[in-house]
Amino acid sequence: MVEARGVHKSYAGVEVLKGVDLTVVRGEVTCLIGPSGSGKSTLLRCINHLEKHDAGELRVDGDLVGYELRGNKLYERNDKQICAERAQIGMVFQRFNLFQHLTVLDNVTVGQVKVKGIDPERARAKARELLARVGLDAKERHYPSQLSGGQQQRVAIARALAMEPKLMLFDEPTSALDPELVGEVLDVMRDLAASGMTMIVVTHEMGFAREVANTVYFLDGGVIEESGAPADVLGAPKSERLRGFLSKVL
Amino acid sequence: MAAPEDPVKVVPVRHYGQWAGTVVALVLVAMLVNTLFSKVPSGQFVCHVLNGAKRCHETSEWRFSWNIVFHYFTTSEVLHGLVLTILLTVIAMAAGITIGVGLAVMRLSSNRLLSMTAWCYTWFFRGTPVLVQLFFWEFISILYKHIRIGIPFTHVWFLHLNPVTLFTPFVAAAIALGLNEGAYMSEIARSGLISVDEGQSEAAMSLGMTRAQTMRLVVLPQAMRVIMPPTGNEVISMLKTTSLASTIGVIELFGATNNISANNYEIVPLLLVASLWYLIVTTVLSIGQFYLERRFARGALRTPPPTPLQRMRRDVRGVLSKFRTRRGVAGATS
Repeated sequence: MVEARGVHKSYAGVEVLKGVDLTVVRGEVTCLIGPSGSGKSTLLRCINHLEKHDAGELRVDGDLVGYELRGNKLYERNDKQICAERAQIGMVFQRFNLFQHLTVLDNVTVGQVKVKGIDPERARAKARELLARVGLDAKERHYPSQLSGGQQQRVAIARALAMEPKLMLFDEPTSALDPELVGEVLDVMRDLAASGMTMIVVTHEMGFAREVANTVYFLDGGVIEESGAPADVLGAPKSERLRGFLSKVL
Repeated sequence: MAAPEDPVKVVPVRHYGQWAGTVVALVLVAMLVNTLFSKVPSGQFVCHVLNGAKRCHETSEWRFSWNIVFHYFTTSEVLHGLVLTILLTVIAMAAGITIGVGLAVMRLSSNRLLSMTAWCYTWFFRGTPVLVQLFFWEFISILYKHIRIGIPFTHVWFLHLNPVTLFTPFVAAAIALGLNEGAYMSEIARSGLISVDEGQSEAAMSLGMTRAQTMRLVVLPQAMRVIMPPTGNEVISMLKTTSLASTIGVIELFGATNNISANNYEIVPLLLVASLWYLIVTTVLSIGQFYLERRFARGALRTPPPTPLQRMRRDVRGVLSKFRTRRGVAGATS
């Protein structure tokens, strides 16, 4: 589903990703762990082209992200093509980023109507169905500011799912939540994983990674330091750095 | 410890400074009302014969000639001027807001040429007096004898206009005020746009929205909350700035009252006519602004501020309940 080969990314001369290789299989859950500043979020943002990678090859579903290969030239995709790519990849942010001026229902409806051109009535029906799935059908008339962090994040997941994505990206979805609200968001993500959604999750929730992930990647200093099944990576860390990291977070 | 049936009396803090201030303010207001509605000797005498004796006394009149103000308040000349004032305000603000939002988006563009162009526009139109700009557009026909619309640097013209007939005083004023307002609105719109969290546009783009959709559906509606209050200010300011258009021959409200007083020399009463109309329109605009701001605050505040009507109702209820509890306390102690 996602193939990264030697992906590089620098900001203002600082190299954040120094050649990352990653393979995500359809229907599987991949967790990215690592200390802050290790490039986890940047890698995630490169996958839906919120950031442009500088070098390397990044493919989603076989298509190059942001570029098209014709003959032996890479053509940068235009805005419209990039938007079409993004519409198929759902993203959930650390700070929820719900549209503050729209009700919960409108948050889940706006993308369907304005991007996919779905009839508003049908879009609302689908939004209600998804809100019920994340347990928030009673809150559809509320504004985001009237919800708790956990509720907002569940709405954000519903908003992303409304686009019927083939891939879901989670950028530290529980890091901005009060501890007692983490569980409700992880429950929704667990259900989603069980339904067969392909997911890439940047997280500090090692319990979630161990239980739900098929593969865990440990990033440090812009490179993949270690990867494999969660039992191996989290249970029997090989590198000194991963051992150090795990001793701090567990 | 006081027994529950014998409640302790609470003595509120006395704000003596506030009391003194209130008294001073009340006296000043009374003086103002008194002078506004005072009468002065008119210099004219009325005489009548009573029981064979001729008695004369001097008549008095309003210091502020309210009778004359009232007389001219709704004459067709004044009302026509008022319509032009409102029309000019609406046109200039509509142009200003459109130009301003466009310039703000250009200013924030990553394209240096676009952002520099927007900066230069603001620099020029804020840097020269609006009165000078008004005269400039009035006399534009001296600079350009022909106005032709076509393909630049060729001789293909689609439309040929005569600037003398095109740039009537009203059109010149509308263009000058609109372009000038655009410069000020661009700064207001820019402050609104940068006040919206970057995460909002990232979320919009991650849903597959185009840049234009992100701006229109997500960023601008939220920027409006910040843009509205200073824009209301600009509208009210523009309403009064249109009076400058009278200098290039637009007979708007101030021009109309000026014309009348030039004939009858009742300068102050006609200034009052104009001032009262400006005040009335400003009041209506302020009320409109309040409700618009409330609308654009949707979602930003957990509980929107009460409307004046709601606040009044709540205050009345508050006073009533206070009255009731006080009587209840008194009843308990007696």
